[in-house]
Amino acid sequence: MTKPLVAIRSVAKNFGEFRALKNVSLDVWPGEVMCLIGASGSGKTTLLRCINQLATIDAGGIWLDGELLGVREQGGKLHRLSEREIGRQRLKTGMVFQRFNLFPHKTALENITEGPTQVQGRKPDEVRAEATELLRRVGLSAKADWYPAQLSGGQQQRVAIARALAMKPMLMLFDEPTSALDPELVGEVLAVMKELARSGMTMMVVTHELGFAREVADRVVYMDKGAIVEQGRASDVLGAPREERTKAFLSAVI
Amino acid sequence: MKQAPALAQGFPDLSGMRIAREPHWFRWISAALIVLVLAAIARAFANGQIEWSYVSRFLTAKVILEGIVNTMVMAVLAMMLGIFLGIVVAIMRLSPNPVLKSVAAGYTWLFRGTPLILQLLLWFNLALVFPTIGIPGLWSARAVDVMTPFLAALLGLGINQGAYTSEVMRAGMLSVDIGQYEAAQAIGMGRLRALRRIVLPQAMRVVIPPLGNEFIGMVKATSLASVIQYPELLHNAENIYYANSRVIELLIVAGLWYLLAVSILTPLQMLLERRFARGTLRLAR
Repeated sequence: MTKPLVAIRSVAKNFGEFRALKNVSLDVWPGEVMCLIGASGSGKTTLLRCINQLATIDAGGIWLDGELLGVREQGGKLHRLSEREIGRQRLKTGMVFQRFNLFPHKTALENITEGPTQVQGRKPDEVRAEATELLRRVGLSAKADWYPAQLSGGQQQRVAIARALAMKPMLMLFDEPTSALDPELVGEVLAVMKELARSGMTMMVVTHELGFAREVADRVVYMDKGAIVEQGRASDVLGAPREERTKAFLSAVI
Repeated sequence: MKQAPALAQGFPDLSGMRIAREPHWFRWISAALIVLVLAAIARAFANGQIEWSYVSRFLTAKVILEGIVNTMVMAVLAMMLGIFLGIVVAIMRLSPNPVLKSVAAGYTWLFRGTPLILQLLLWFNLALVFPTIGIPGLWSARAVDVMTPFLAALLGLGINQGAYTSEVMRAGMLSVDIGQYEAAQAIGMGRLRALRRIVLPQAMRVVIPPLGNEFIGMVKATSLASVIQYPELLHNAENIYYANSRVIELLIVAGLWYLLAVSILTPLQMLLERRFARGTLRLAR
């Protein structure tokens, strides 16, 4: 029997008084495309950031590929892992940010090769060839030597996706990847994500693009006030929601 | 297709007309006045008690040239020490470790809080506190032999500069978006690697103008090392006028060299700025 790639168990996260995540448990299966929807402040972005350890959880545990994230159990206590070990765990996930966060002082190609050469210590020639192929895959072969400031938002986000893929992650995390884009640029980014989903990549996508969720997601998870309210097949959650809160959210956004 | 509605009448055709040149009378008058004042000042100096022949003779005297070389060597070395210390202290200041944080804050407090000339005198007179210095059992020396004017000036100027530079560097690092740290972490970078590869190169763009300012200040601050016998430009000029009493002439000589040095630094700074502006300009391709 296959095991979940990500197992989230009773996770809680607070920002001061604010309870961002309350007792969240969830499995993500290999090859699955999961869309997380919900109002802002519902905890969906925080959940992604906890999986990538940009935020540390206050209770519970997250296992990625069978490995407990961020802490080690020893003598009935949990001990925080070193920065180096956390860095190694992060390599299993690729993160795409709402605001792209490309490195502005590096070209598109250099943005992609930075991680593999500097962090993984791989050969520059080999990495460059892979990066060129990734740029072709996201449709930006012609822009390899351009700086982020010379690219449109949609092009920047596609470079950011290529940068995350260059680390050969097992799981791709997308944090509202199209929310900062002009409407006419959303399609090109979603097209790259659809292609990625078809290629079998496991993906967790925080999004407001319900059309994308309906078309691509294997499962849609609706979150509200730090908890999972409803989840299931996209057609069920989006087409025939059972919970009142889901219905209210969907009628507000459509 | 519908026809566009006819344009309303009463608005004359302005195409083909040019914007007239304004006479700018006030600019001409004020420029003329300033030229007059400058001419008067120049005439006063020309007729004053200054032997200009001494100025031209000593402008290229060997001792003066050695002085400007020593000044520039000291300025460059002390600035390098200052920038190195500044980066290290800024990183310590921004670290989550409270010990490193307080050490950094204490350093900045101490060396910004006392006059530079006092610090130079303290370094130079270190032998009064520690007659011998060294590592017990391995090496030791008399402090007066080790603490030469050169070393005292370098330590005094460089460590003092580090206190100011650390704040410039900290400002530069804080100006880099938090998303850049996160993106660097997301591709597996640790804190120090993210600082070196991602944050510092972007911070440099912001810190070069204030650092240029600091460097110009440093070129002139080296003149304070004349009080501890470091043979820089002002010190050598003073030594000459102690002998020949041509005080003003030699001060003018020193002043001209300082001006020249600073004038050369400005275009160098612009070159550096262009180097670190990569990716920030929409360059025509």
